[in-house]
Amino acid sequence: MIELKDITKIYGSKAKATTALKDLNLTVEQGEIFGVIGHSGAGKSTLIRCINLLERPSSGEVWVGGRNLTSLGKRELQLQRRRIGMIFQHFNLLSSATVYDNIAFPLKLAGVDKAAVKSKVEELLKLVGLEAHSGKYPSQLSGGQKQRVGIARALANDPDVLLCDEATSALDPQTTDSILKLLLDINRKLGLTILLITHEMHVIQSICDRVAVIHAGGIVEQGPVAEVFLKPKHPVTKEFISREVAGSAPAQLQAQGTGTAGEGQAQGSPVYRLTCLGDHTYSTDLSEAVLRTGVQFAILQGTVSTIKEIPYSQLTVRFTGQPEAVELTVNRLRERHIDVEVIG
Amino acid sequence: MWGLDFSQIDWTEMKQASYDTLEMMGYSLLFTIIIGLPLGIILYMTARSNNRVIKWIYNVISFLVNILRSVPFVILLISLLPLTKLIVGTTLGVTGTIPPLVIGAAPFFARLVETSLREVDRGVIEAAYAMGASTGQVVRRVLLPESLPGLIAGATITAVTLVSYTAMSGMVGGGGLGDLAIRFGYYRYEKEVMIIAVLFMIILVQILQMAGDRLVRHFTRK
Repeated sequence: MIELKDITKIYGSKAKATTALKDLNLTVEQGEIFGVIGHSGAGKSTLIRCINLLERPSSGEVWVGGRNLTSLGKRELQLQRRRIGMIFQHFNLLSSATVYDNIAFPLKLAGVDKAAVKSKVEELLKLVGLEAHSGKYPSQLSGGQKQRVGIARALANDPDVLLCDEATSALDPQTTDSILKLLLDINRKLGLTILLITHEMHVIQSICDRVAVIHAGGIVEQGPVAEVFLKPKHPVTKEFISREVAGSAPAQLQAQGTGTAGEGQAQGSPVYRLTCLGDHTYSTDLSEAVLRTGVQFAILQGTVSTIKEIPYSQLTVRFTGQPEAVELTVNRLRERHIDVEVIG
Repeated sequence: MWGLDFSQIDWTEMKQASYDTLEMMGYSLLFTIIIGLPLGIILYMTARSNNRVIKWIYNVISFLVNILRSVPFVILLISLLPLTKLIVGTTLGVTGTIPPLVIGAAPFFARLVETSLREVDRGVIEAAYAMGASTGQVVRRVLLPESLPGLIAGATITAVTLVSYTAMSGMVGGGGLGDLAIRFGYYRYEKEVMIIAVLFMIILVQILQMAGDRLVRHFTRK
């Protein structure tokens, strides 16, 4: 649906030039929710603005819905932009227009006739749950309501793609969750492709199918959210995840382990990371396995949560017992589709 | 009262002068907006461009605006006499004052327009472009409605300035309250006429300012 080919964006000229994006490639499939996470200054804002050419890349091609946007003339680009909805961190609503007129705005730009505008706006008001606020001005709304208006406005022209530029960063956690839920609903109901940028792993974890980590103008890691989230490779990715799940550096863990277990026996015992995804998460596999083998375990660290409504657990455990018994336990767990990694 | 005798005032003349002032102010405000608003929009649109040619256009317009704004109005008035004659055929009366008033006030109003447009949230403009708006649509449907309170406030300030300009144009044969105040009060020591004429101008300015403020409040949604 969206394809960025060798995108480079350089700001300024010669002496003072800064490179915001460097040879960046990215593909977003039809109907998926794709998240790009990065620190401020990593280039994610530039990246999302390159997709509808609010920023024109210095080189490279932008393809959306099978069309090369970078090759289009002004007028054609304006028409194509109507196929791409966008929502913003600060909502960017017209302060001089009511909720109704804000949502009607893109339709009026496109020259849609009045009756069609009315029925479309009413449909969208219902979709985002703002029927009761149609005559209000943005200053009379809460942040969450403003973003709902933003979403309704972005959907007015029935776009193929929705771009979300830090859409929840200005909202409180509760409102963030309700907006994320709305985005997920829209994605499922309308089959809309969503590309979002954020600096919050929570957002990625809640609704994204795939994620890319952007750092210093390039993508350092990407893949399905569960894969990247549970087995991060790049230090930046690890850092984002460790902020979501309390610290996961092995060295730190070993120190903790020595502190709590203390005894000589535990010292040499291996530390494993057990990762469970899906229905297995809430199973009794671990207790069954240790009951059979007689191995003892201590949980050094653990998370049980969900990735886009799919449950997962990740436990760091120290097994104590005969090495053969420990190995047997590990094998049993593996048979039960629990991913076991030795980490120390 | 304080040795003043208001019974001598020629009220027909006072009425005519008030009417003349309103007419001068009204027409020149109208033309000032017609010329100043697009000029202000051009200033705003060209100021932010990276394009060298457009930047050059901005510099030229900006320079001309600054020149017109730095010349004292009385001097502008006199030096524009031939041009006025050319445009409206006379330099006298209400008609004769309108061209210099407009030329004096339009650059001033254009700057006020430019400043109000700059107050418009850039994010909203970006959002409109993201929705496929053309530059013309951005101006008509985003910039102007969003800056309306600021534009009205600017027009109010301009209207008040025009009232005082009309007084000066009275000196070169324009008529109006200011002219009356100068001719009778200053040249003929008829203080009563001067006081009443000035009083009327004060009332006019008060009404303009109040009406402007009320409109600004009515259109402010922030």
